[in-house]
Amino acid sequence: MFMFMGLKMQQSHHHYHHSVTVRVNEQMGTKRGNTFIQSYRAWIPKLLVLWIMCTVSLSMFVYQLIDANNKVWRKEVLVSMCDERARMLQDQFSVSVNHVHALAILVSTFHYYKDPSAIDQETFAEYTARTAFERPLLNGVAYAQRVFDSEREKFERQHGWTIKTMEREPSPIRDEYAPVIFSQETVSYIESLDMMSGEEDRENILRARATGKAVLTSPFKLLGSHHLGVVLTFPVYKSKLPLFPTVEERIEATAGYLGGAFDVESLVENLLGQLAGNQEILVNVYDVTNSSDPLIMYGHQNQDGDRSLLHESKLDFGDPFRKHQMICRYYQKAPTSSTALTTAFLFFVIGLLLGYILYSAGNRIVKVEDDFHEMQELKVRAEAADVAKSRFLATVSHEIRTPMNGILGMLGLLLGTHLSSTQRDYTQTAQACGKALIALINEVLDRAKIEAGKLELEAVPFNLRSILDDVLSLFSEKSRHKGLELAVFVSDKVPDIVRGDPGRFRQIITNLVGNSVKFTEQGHVFVKVHLVEHTKAAEDSKAETFLDGGSDEGVLISGAHQFKTLSGCEAAEERNSWDSLKHIIADERLRYDASISLEASENATLMVCVEDTGIGIPLSAQDRVFMPFMQADSSTSRNYGGTGIGLSISKCLVELMGGQINFVSRPQVGSTFSFTANFGRCKENEFNDLNKTTFEDLPSDFQGLKALVVDGKPVRSAVTRYHLKRLGILVEVASSIKNAAAIYGQNGSLTTGNKILPDIILVEKDLWISGEDVGLSVWRLYWNQNGHMFKLPKLILVATNISDAEFNKAKAAGFADTVIMKPLRASMVAACLQQVGIGKKMQPGKDMPNGSCLLNSVLFGKKILVIDDNRVNRRVAAGALKKFGADVECAESGKAALVLLQLPHNYDACFMDIQMPEMDGFEATRRIRLMESKANERVNDEGNGGNGQWHLPILAMTADVIHATYDECLKSGMDGYVSKPFKEENLYQAVAKFFTANPSHTCNKETCLI
Amino acid sequence: MDAVSQLQSHFISYTSNLYGEGFVDDQFYQLQKLQDGSNPDFVIEVVSLFFEDSEKLINNMARALESQATLDYKQVGDHVHQLKGSSSSIGASRVKDVCNGFKTHCEAQNHEMCLRCLQRLKYECNLLKMKLQTLFKLQQQILAAGGSVPLLDK
Repeated sequence: MFMFMGLKMQQSHHHYHHSVTVRVNEQMGTKRGNTFIQSYRAWIPKLLVLWIMCTVSLSMFVYQLIDANNKVWRKEVLVSMCDERARMLQDQFSVSVNHVHALAILVSTFHYYKDPSAIDQETFAEYTARTAFERPLLNGVAYAQRVFDSEREKFERQHGWTIKTMEREPSPIRDEYAPVIFSQETVSYIESLDMMSGEEDRENILRARATGKAVLTSPFKLLGSHHLGVVLTFPVYKSKLPLFPTVEERIEATAGYLGGAFDVESLVENLLGQLAGNQEILVNVYDVTNSSDPLIMYGHQNQDGDRSLLHESKLDFGDPFRKHQMICRYYQKAPTSSTALTTAFLFFVIGLLLGYILYSAGNRIVKVEDDFHEMQELKVRAEAADVAKSRFLATVSHEIRTPMNGILGMLGLLLGTHLSSTQRDYTQTAQACGKALIALINEVLDRAKIEAGKLELEAVPFNLRSILDDVLSLFSEKSRHKGLELAVFVSDKVPDIVRGDPGRFRQIITNLVGNSVKFTEQGHVFVKVHLVEHTKAAEDSKAETFLDGGSDEGVLISGAHQFKTLSGCEAAEERNSWDSLKHIIADERLRYDASISLEASENATLMVCVEDTGIGIPLSAQDRVFMPFMQADSSTSRNYGGTGIGLSISKCLVELMGGQINFVSRPQVGSTFSFTANFGRCKENEFNDLNKTTFEDLPSDFQGLKALVVDGKPVRSAVTRYHLKRLGILVEVASSIKNAAAIYGQNGSLTTGNKILPDIILVEKDLWISGEDVGLSVWRLYWNQNGHMFKLPKLILVATNISDAEFNKAKAAGFADTVIMKPLRASMVAACLQQVGIGKKMQPGKDMPNGSCLLNSVLFGKKILVIDDNRVNRRVAAGALKKFGADVECAESGKAALVLLQLPHNYDACFMDIQMPEMDGFEATRRIRLMESKANERVNDEGNGGNGQWHLPILAMTADVIHATYDECLKSGMDGYVSKPFKEENLYQAVAKFFTANPSHTCNKETCLI
Repeated sequence: MDAVSQLQSHFISYTSNLYGEGFVDDQFYQLQKLQDGSNPDFVIEVVSLFFEDSEKLINNMARALESQATLDYKQVGDHVHQLKGSSSSIGASRVKDVCNGFKTHCEAQNHEMCLRCLQRLKYECNLLKMKLQTLFKLQQQILAAGGSVPLLDK
């Protein structure tokens, strides 16, 4: 409860710390230097608007540019069209004028120069009619003769008509007249009309005779048509004129006038009709003699059209007095140019897109930078959290360690009291579990070390099998409770003692087995260890199957869905099942028989598989199994607890051991984790020196016994055999009781062939429960009847769990009082066997506490020198060692010790204080070693077979047990150290390496259990 | 027998008091365990050795600390170390603790504190001596009354 509260407090503290960090970082974030874009981030939308405005104006500019080009072109077109029209009009006009001129010359030539006149009205009419095509612009021509008033009567008589005015009245008397005498048929109605009576005509006539050139009237409505027209007048002279005649001479010589009416309107219409682009432009022709009042000659004054653009072209019709001009403009206003519009629009769109791209890029940069800052903040926060986590872990683990040490201490004391073997086993298990818990707490702390790369592996010899047994015992309660088969199998080829880091190895196994047990509800958890080269060999020889006839043929598969695994449940990886295991066993036998030794190699690479039939790992989670603090999903930790740190630590450790870890998992089927690890092999002589009991304290009372294992499941029986073999028991396997009976009981001859009766028969509970008890009784009966029995084999049940009723039934069926509970452990099996009276008898209640008993066996009769300058220490150390039967001598200084240790001496070991005046422990040790090596050299030189290997075990006694001191101890030639003041356990651990137990002095002649 | 059991219970409460107040620790218990038939006065022997030594050492230190001029802190430190070693050997935990503090001050060459520690050391040793003398007297009384000395852990 207190611990829990401690945790809570830690957490709240943690949170507090967190929020502080956040605030600090926020402050930091605002202070941090921003980039250019960051500091102008508010400008980005404004810049976008500005950009769009720029784009709009630019597109408008582009539009106008193109439009202006269009206008220029349009104007050019207009100018050229207008000029073309004006020129053509002018040309045609002058052609007509020339022709009228020619007609005038014709009249003067044939009417006046010839006498009599060669022309009369008839001739003139015909001629003009026939040459009318040459004057398309003239309605008609007429000739008016100049008649003075004096000649009027004569003239009227000559022609038979009177001169009439334009209004067709008889002409009043004037100075002169100009009556039409010849006229083209088209204008015959003007015959006899006096041209001088019309105002326009009169002026024309006067101007024409004065200049001698073609003269035009201003436009007016023509007689006989509604078209506007002008009248052209040419003078006809009756005599030849001088080269440069004066006006008077001209007037004098004037005989008449030739006139023609130009129908300007139809003229221009005709002309325009012939030209392309007629529909596009509007043409007006003006008489601009009076510039302030232009008179329209052609076109409608008020006609619509594009007034914005017009072009004026000068027209010269040959009359210098009159000025004409042509004005052209388009009918249609200039259409808006689609090209310009499209171009401008596209320009705008491109600009807009560009602006948008820049805008979003800017935004993106801002966002990315924001994110970056956020990430940085989170990173700092995460690092702070990491620090907090480490601190939290350190504190919590310390808090847990303190009470755990109390628990362990009390358990140690409890072990010192009188306990039955069951109680002892429970207590030892509890102690082992407690120690493992402390180790686990340390291991959590290791995670930090691993992360920092500061973890170093030990390389000490250790017994792999007993470690595996220990780990199994950790989980035995749990697995029994769940009804799981929990078993370990180590191939015989794996050396007993390997060199490596036992703690770390244990850590990995504990983690993997712990996971498996945690996630498995039924079935089994199976740990299998073998050599890697071994597996390869086994796989190579897969084709051949080597097996004992008994177990092979007798494999009973009771259900269709039974798999050949430990529990019969399906496992994720088939490789771990019986098929592969039997190869390993077969291979072992092969090699054993052939006495092949692979021990030559320095290293042993072990393959460890932990197989379970649990819930498996979801496929989606399989790739992050080895990541720290990762579990399959959040519900996992809710249902099963755990931190998820274990596998990541295991992975690191396996990699440190030079191996690899991987797994095969099928959801709802199970997982198989396997890893390889490199261990050193211990050299033969090396572990002869070592006391084996340090590593595996299995009693040797069972050597040579024979056991029969009755088990239908080959894998399980292999496991049982493995444990029995470790106890030195020879094992036969039978797959059923009937088979067993068949092996031994045939024909009643119990010693048939080389079969020796077993001392123990181990029966798997499943097999017994499944109804074979009848057979069993029959078998026992049969044996009894035969009466050949020397002694009955002990029948022992092997079970994962058993109820009281079943136990009683078993007893009734003849089983022994003890049930061997799984998971099997060699030491536990031994204890059970002893309990039923197999092997050495034990005397319950008389056994001494473990350590003292062992110490006695180790130290009894040994001569030990204690060197310490402190009298009290010396006396206490001596007292402690004497207590365990050692023969103790003391020396109070290094020098005194050197005197005592002059070779040859008969001391078995030496305990040396380190800190002494004059000569400290290191120095003394160095000198002792020097003496020894000199002596050894001497002996070797004499060739005495190298027997004189002087090496006195020297153990340092020191109060501080820091690592550096230990290193220095080893450096100066010491063999180990004992922390001062002595504790039994420490002392035993230190000396056990150097002395083998002396059985005759075991525990003051009392029998020891283990 | 009544007297014996009374003595025994007195002894037990006295011993647990000693443990409780930290005069002695687990090591003293270990020491008692080492005493058996072949070695009946082991504890007394070791304890008296300790007090002889400690008196000597304390006197030496007092002399050394008198004259500040020729003061050799290293020598004092060695003495303290000796005393510390022997006190931890017999499980005199309070003496050991004072020694630890003394050692620190000695290394710091703090004369005043060293003197103070020396005083404290003297006091603790005397106190422990008295306590243990009482304890041994009790033991002897029990033995004399024909009972066995109960061995008790803290």
